[in-house]
Amino acid sequence: MSEQMTGAQSLIKSLEAAGAENIFGIPGGAILPAYDPLMDSKIRHILVRHEQGAGHAAQGYAAATGKVGVCMATSGPGATNLVTPLADANMDSVPMVAITGQVGAAMIGTDAFQEADIRGITMPVTKHSFLITDPAEIPLRVAEAFHLASSGRPGPVLVDVTKSALQATTTYRWPTELHLPGYRPVTRPHAKQIREAARLMLEAKKPVLYVGGGTIRSRAHRELFQLATLTGIPVVTTLMARGAFPDSHPQHLGMPGMHGTVPAVAGLQKSDLIISLGARFDDRVTGNLDSFAPNAKVIHADIDPAEIGKNRYADVPIVGDVREVLTDLITVLTAEKEAGKEGDYEGWISFMAGIKKAYPLGYDLPADGLSPQYVIERLGAISGDETIFTAGVGQHQMWAAQFIGYEHPNTWINSGGLGTMGYSVPAAMGAKVGCPDATVWSIDGDGCFQMTNQELATCAIENIPIKVAIINNDNLGMVRQWQTLFYGERYSNTNLQSHGQTKRIPDFPKLAEAMGCVGLACDSADDVDATIAKAMEINDAPVVVDFRVNKDAMVWPMVAAGSSNDEIQYARDLAPEFDEDDL
Amino acid sequence: MSIQPAKTGGKHTLSVLVENKPGVLARVAALFSRRGFNIESLAVGPTEHDEVSRMTVVVNLENTPLEQVTKQLNKLVEVIKIVELEPESRVQRALMLVKITATTETRSQVLDTIQLFRAKVVDVSTDTVVVQLAGNTGKLNDFLRVIEPFGIRELSQSGMVGMGRGSRSISERSLRSVAVPAPPPAV
Repeated sequence: MSEQMTGAQSLIKSLEAAGAENIFGIPGGAILPAYDPLMDSKIRHILVRHEQGAGHAAQGYAAATGKVGVCMATSGPGATNLVTPLADANMDSVPMVAITGQVGAAMIGTDAFQEADIRGITMPVTKHSFLITDPAEIPLRVAEAFHLASSGRPGPVLVDVTKSALQATTTYRWPTELHLPGYRPVTRPHAKQIREAARLMLEAKKPVLYVGGGTIRSRAHRELFQLATLTGIPVVTTLMARGAFPDSHPQHLGMPGMHGTVPAVAGLQKSDLIISLGARFDDRVTGNLDSFAPNAKVIHADIDPAEIGKNRYADVPIVGDVREVLTDLITVLTAEKEAGKEGDYEGWISFMAGIKKAYPLGYDLPADGLSPQYVIERLGAISGDETIFTAGVGQHQMWAAQFIGYEHPNTWINSGGLGTMGYSVPAAMGAKVGCPDATVWSIDGDGCFQMTNQELATCAIENIPIKVAIINNDNLGMVRQWQTLFYGERYSNTNLQSHGQTKRIPDFPKLAEAMGCVGLACDSADDVDATIAKAMEINDAPVVVDFRVNKDAMVWPMVAAGSSNDEIQYARDLAPEFDEDDL
Repeated sequence: MSIQPAKTGGKHTLSVLVENKPGVLARVAALFSRRGFNIESLAVGPTEHDEVSRMTVVVNLENTPLEQVTKQLNKLVEVIKIVELEPESRVQRALMLVKITATTETRSQVLDTIQLFRAKVVDVSTDTVVVQLAGNTGKLNDFLRVIEPFGIRELSQSGMVGMGRGSRSISERSLRSVAVPAPPPAV
């Protein structure tokens, strides 16, 4: 089936054929031809206020739905504004396609108005990128982009299309096959490796399931639950995997890493077998790599072979989709169980239960002012476990990962690898577009919020009623915490308020009102529940709640950067004690 | 480029088949740069298949295991196949052009040396010769060492190209296509 049309029409038709339902974007000179047929398309275009917002919204949409998120921008500055979201999506394996306009083919390389070599710029931060100068290529490249973005280890793909290609007349033909000879992701795990992994799991005395974001991306939460309950092995879920395994489950030790729970950190550290499922032994999880889990053998399952053995030697490497790996492990271990062979983890399970009981997550209430942890804890409790939470980066992000119980995958959306401040509000917008029936709370810091809050106007105008909880401590809180701990309380450039001023600048509720949202404020613990309830009742407009919290609260537990996980501090100057005689 | 004999420790020669598309060389070079892998030599050219180019990359690795280099390279969508050419089972050649001072007094000695190495004179002037020599790194470096006292005026050297010995071919593999998949279902 082929039809004559413009390149621009071919592009929009291709996006429709690829399954795009929503595009976040802003028009401009070079992409302008594409916006004309977009007007007649069934695809909803959401006109954002800044291209970075478009990119993070596409990420939030993808993370909430599992579908490919799409954003669109013009050449030059429009395209370069997408670089941060692309890098973010690349780090966190988010399926995303970015369409950018490019100057006419004849102008490329002449330093033309709004020209930037965006394919070159984004090469290191995308899974792949295309520059289209021939309009006949448009359908094939769009099909390839969606396939690359969503298959294997998901990631962002950039499609840069010249204005001349958009304006030319061409033939539209949706491809029936793709020719990507260098791209064949392995999803089926090797049976021999599965048997070897099962053997180690049965022999181990102190195993831990180390669950990473790949488990969420491969939609493997049901299989994970099955394997965990079949074997009784304790589970840790990384920052990217919160929600992959229910927090309420007794086998769950919590989140590992720099601000992980004591049982999760100790569980990995003292284990004799780590079963890594779509995780990548990130430095924020391992701490000092040389002293990480010194007695553990490692089964490392990942769809990306390059992750296996990158940071930590894998005794049993398994290349494959986590869901297929889990399915095969369940089959083998179920058969072993029926034959009477089971792992003996009893001592380990009771030892970990003891640590879990002795070192629960907690916080001290401040002598004066509102506790940020309390606010976040109440947000989780009141809004229910179907709520989608997004976060920016910093203290509020860690508290949101710690003090909200996640029961389902894709309900926790944050910037893990790149650590992008300003991610939360636009990501919440994208998540809400993808899941209009879900309550979407953006938990944000006052620093982060001031980077991307312009998208609240988009939310108000486009009827995307997200809720934003600003955990406002007037400071760049996480940086301040490091200054408290490691820089002798010298607070260089972390106070966001003008010194000595009594008035808060900006006034967040007023700012929210100015952008068509409902603005609320809360500065006392007594009002927290009522304020959250009020925000929950408003569903015809975005709501922003300014929670004015104590600035001295710190994130605990903590493993200082570069330290061994053995040196985890439960609270300031308080190291946990483990009675290993029990083991 | 050094005219000293090169170190052999940690050096590996990779034959990399890539799609013959614009930007592939930039992608490969950028990958080596951002991952901190040292390229010692790189050569690229067409192959017996129109749509495939072949790169020969000599990497010098200090801390990174070779496996991590090949895995990262394999992640590039346009990289089709990577084979390490082991020293004992490969032929490897680079091409060098050297402009050597050759006055009436030294010319005969220079020409003798050239003949010893089975190099070829490709240009002559009153006081120089341009010599072409192909060979492995050792041979090229030996030639330079011997010829250096006469005066090297200019030196231009290609990257190393290599190939496995014997009858097997690196590109014996169909370049398959895959069906366009349906958009993934929602969770």
